[in-house]
Amino acid sequence: MTANDLLIKNARIIDPASSTDETGDILISGGVIKQIGPNLVGPALKTIDATGLIACPGFIDLHCHLRQPGYENKETIASGSAAASRGGFTTVCCMPNTNPPMDNATTIDYVKNIATVESPNINILPIGCITKDRAGKELSEMAEMYEAGCIGFSDDGSSVNNAKLMALAMETAGSIGIPVIEHCEDPNLSRDGQMNDGWVAARLGLTGIPAAAEESIVSRDISMIEMTNAKLHLTHISTKGSVELVRTAKMKGLAVTADVTPHHLTLTEERIISGRTEKSVSLAYDTNAKVNPPLRTAADIDALIAGLNDGTIDAIATDHAPHASEDKLCEFELAAFGISGFETAFGALMTLVHSGKIKLNTLLACLTYRPAKIINFANGITGGIKQSGIADIVLLDINREWTLDPESMLSKGKNTPYSGQQFKGMVVATIHRGAIAYKDNSIRIS
Amino acid sequence: MALNELKTVAAGQETLPAVSIGQWRHKHVLDLDDFSREEINLIFEITDAMVEVLARDVKKVPTLRGKTIATMFFEPSTRTRASFELAAKYLGADTVSLDAARSSVAKGESLVDSLRTLQALEVDAIIMRHPCSGAPYIAAQNLEISIINAGDGCHAHPSQGLLDLYTMRKHLKDLGGKKVVLVGDIMHSRVARSNIWGSRAFGIKLILCAPPTLVPHGLKQMLVKCGLDHVTIEHNLDKAIENADIVMPLRLQKERQQNGLISSIRTYIRQYQVNSERLERANPGVLVMHPGPMNEGIEISHEAAYSSRSLIEQQVTHGVAVRMALLYLIAGGKNR
Repeated sequence: MTANDLLIKNARIIDPASSTDETGDILISGGVIKQIGPNLVGPALKTIDATGLIACPGFIDLHCHLRQPGYENKETIASGSAAASRGGFTTVCCMPNTNPPMDNATTIDYVKNIATVESPNINILPIGCITKDRAGKELSEMAEMYEAGCIGFSDDGSSVNNAKLMALAMETAGSIGIPVIEHCEDPNLSRDGQMNDGWVAARLGLTGIPAAAEESIVSRDISMIEMTNAKLHLTHISTKGSVELVRTAKMKGLAVTADVTPHHLTLTEERIISGRTEKSVSLAYDTNAKVNPPLRTAADIDALIAGLNDGTIDAIATDHAPHASEDKLCEFELAAFGISGFETAFGALMTLVHSGKIKLNTLLACLTYRPAKIINFANGITGGIKQSGIADIVLLDINREWTLDPESMLSKGKNTPYSGQQFKGMVVATIHRGAIAYKDNSIRIS
Repeated sequence: MALNELKTVAAGQETLPAVSIGQWRHKHVLDLDDFSREEINLIFEITDAMVEVLARDVKKVPTLRGKTIATMFFEPSTRTRASFELAAKYLGADTVSLDAARSSVAKGESLVDSLRTLQALEVDAIIMRHPCSGAPYIAAQNLEISIINAGDGCHAHPSQGLLDLYTMRKHLKDLGGKKVVLVGDIMHSRVARSNIWGSRAFGIKLILCAPPTLVPHGLKQMLVKCGLDHVTIEHNLDKAIENADIVMPLRLQKERQQNGLISSIRTYIRQYQVNSERLERANPGVLVMHPGPMNEGIEISHEAAYSSRSLIEQQVTHGVAVRMALLYLIAGGKNR
């Protein structure tokens, strides 16, 4: 009898996919889950005492930016992977707005190869461009990219503005069977926009991005689903109106799914005024809270939370968008859009659980099974904890309190609006295919 | 030099009551939102003394002798820059002016790095103008030196707000309940925003008048959120101007028409130009102001700009005096 890889003892095992919530042990061998149950005994090479911890399926992020190739000063596949593992993610889907953009099989191959060599402890699933060079003019070679391993198509950063081209993309991706992932933004309505078009923009003298810039594209794309037989996924929806449009579409049985980010669920536009500055000025103009789509209002947050609770919104995705310090230490209008989000996602989201706004089970479903389903359980991921399934597991201490110091982040991007924020709820270990991808010092392995 | 000495000099040996400036707590002048009425009154008291200095044959006083004031303009300006530089020179300060377009900024240096260099050159205060809203706030959070905002994007122009208020006060004495109409491109106007805060401190009823396309969508909610119930928005100038005590048109940039924000200059003139005919609807003693530079014949008619009720030239003179007062308070330090 050979020794098993790892035995997790006494965890509260929560698996939303199978509606499991029970205390027990998980025995892992050869990268897969060998057995789940009470009082399992080794022999195992390693044992983790998970008393008081939750074991749930590894988190799956449908939307992140790893910046390689082209912007290695902001992030690399290696540094982004380390940050993702620390955030509890065992699978991340990376957007193709690299340089060059991932708009052909060769660049998809490149990213997959780097990932295999440099980041063995995480699944990195690339998303290919919808259009060549992300320019919105002609379709990319979608079938070849699918064969090379891309799991969806997106021109993230922009919408496909030409509706006819978008319809063709939806039809093509639909026939391949993978989703088109749309960043919803009408560029004419959002032109020169810096933040949400509301009272804070008026106060700060900044140009607003109206909710209608997002909702008009959400509406347009939904109206083309039936015609194109597509799987449409709307990423980082941020407004009450978008939630209502998706809810109505789902009631009609249309194949639309949606995700929302942790920051759109927890922060409003007002963060740009208040910021987290040490020097007292009346207006912070906090560039770390500059993100696209912009942070919205309390009413939008309420609608997004309601959308999570009733299943209108399927998943939570980070839109992890790391930037170098010089991209943010500048005039607000010149600052880059984006938040480095892997390492704060779980802590920020737990505030919603602790305040009773969403159930822990809903939160975990939105980070595991539900996103896995959207990408057709690619690469053997299950989004669940089941016997013979891949051993992608995250251990959580939902009561652990901690304070965010951006300098301690593993991502190269320290651009976070949560600097100095106190969180309750922490990822303490991340296990990918039975190997420990990340562990906090509190975790002892014997 | 103490303020009372300054006033003594200014008033030709006549002794004026000394002003206590012990409570001055501002390191920067970024906008008027955090200035109390008492603080603005203090600035105006000093401005009165400076107006008297400006009326003298020899305008120079040694109040800021040995101090260096830098002006850093990231956007072209002739009026405001000249006004600040003269203010510094009349107070005896040395000035150094950097034209950001021709300096290291053009070579790609960041805002904070450029200003850090000035700070390292040991200047005593930086007067900055910048096309991006909030730029001086970014500076103030990352530097130790005092920053005076000479206009940031569409956000604020506090010295203009002060000189407008000072000019109004000179002529109307008690500003409480007086009706002031700002008309024009409210959306892009830093002058309008600073006037919102200045007028609040003095209980002025402020009407912001503009076509709907030149008012930010969030302005109405901003007025509620910030407790600015002295401000109302009115799209019809003929209504807004009724019983007005002061009317101040704002410069209309011709690009606004290209961007579709107004349908034509001709229509704009018809609906929003401040002219003699419209001023008939205002209070009989109505006064006309303009922050400059003017587009005569567009937002204001020639007769309105140069009539006896126009305070436009006085605004310019008061501008220097107000800026002298600000420099005195911000850079005066031990010399006060």
